Amino acid sequence: MSNSNPDTVPGSASHGSVKSYVIGLVLSILLTVIPFAAVMTGALSITTTVLTIVIAAVLQVLVQLIMFMHLNTKSDEGWNFMSLVFAVTILVLVVGGSLWIMHHLHLNVMIN
Amino acid sequence: MSTHTASHHDAHTGEHEHHDAAGTKIFGFWVYLMSDLIIFGSLFATYAVLMEGTAGGPSAADIFELPFVLVETFLLLFSSFTYGIAVLEMNKNKVAQVKLWLGITFVLGAAFVGMEIYEFQHLIHEGFGPDRSAFLTAFFTLVGTHGLHVTFGLIWILVMLIQLSTKGLTDATRPRIMCLSLFWHFLDVVWICVFSFVYLMGVLV
Repeated sequence: MSNSNPDTVPGSASHGSVKSYVIGLVLSILLTVIPFAAVMTGALSITTTVLTIVIAAVLQVLVQLIMFMHLNTKSDEGWNFMSLVFAVTILVLVVGGSLWIMHHLHLNVMIN
Repeated sequence: MSTHTASHHDAHTGEHEHHDAAGTKIFGFWVYLMSDLIIFGSLFATYAVLMEGTAGGPSAADIFELPFVLVETFLLLFSSFTYGIAVLEMNKNKVAQVKLWLGITFVLGAAFVGMEIYEFQHLIHEGFGPDRSAFLTAFFTLVGTHGLHVTFGLIWILVMLIQLSTKGLTDATRPRIMCLSLFWHFLDVVWICVFSFVYLMGVLV
């Protein structure tokens, strides 16, 4: 019955397959091991290590969203994706704004 | 002939509405997850602002043990994968298999929560509880909120295991399993940010 329109919900199983989950798992393991190895071995410079952590985290979040949660821009006429875009916009404002303001406050009042 | 067409049409409409109802439930749950994302975002921002405020107590680099965190990460990652397999089995209408994979997911999730409780208990025992410094308050709040979410996810898995035993795979239980699937993967996504920005960055800086 729900085969009439399989793409309407995120996480709708219709696009999932063992193969896509295994690919997602392998990619996630790689993207976990790489930043841990970078930090634990200390092989890279601080800047490179921070970049490695950030890039691996962003990629792994994308892998989880696409391979495990089956997010795409078309399901539910794009409303799932739009609500995510909205939430991420708020996130950037909250996290980025907090850090920005508090950093300058810290500099101006010379705490410590 | 005409009645047949009419009833066929009705049935089709019914199915369509029914499918929309399930889709609406899952979309509504997705919107809830987005609001949850804002909560975690606020806690991450708080942590980032307060992480320097150690008040003479231990810093992140002093108390975090990366091998321990790596094991926690793998437990949660594999539980996300096993939940995915449970959903695939649900599509094949294999109730017993769904219960089996949900059970495995529960064990992995419970091991994760167990490790986190051990870590917290260990820190508090050392005198590094949430009352020690702003850094530790922010740390316990952020990681604790995630742990609490996982705990509620575990309770939800238990409820679904009971419902699968009593009701089986029905139009009522299927959307619940899909919502829980989104919830469980979402917690893994939040954990990626926790281990990257709290633990790894904390040890580094």
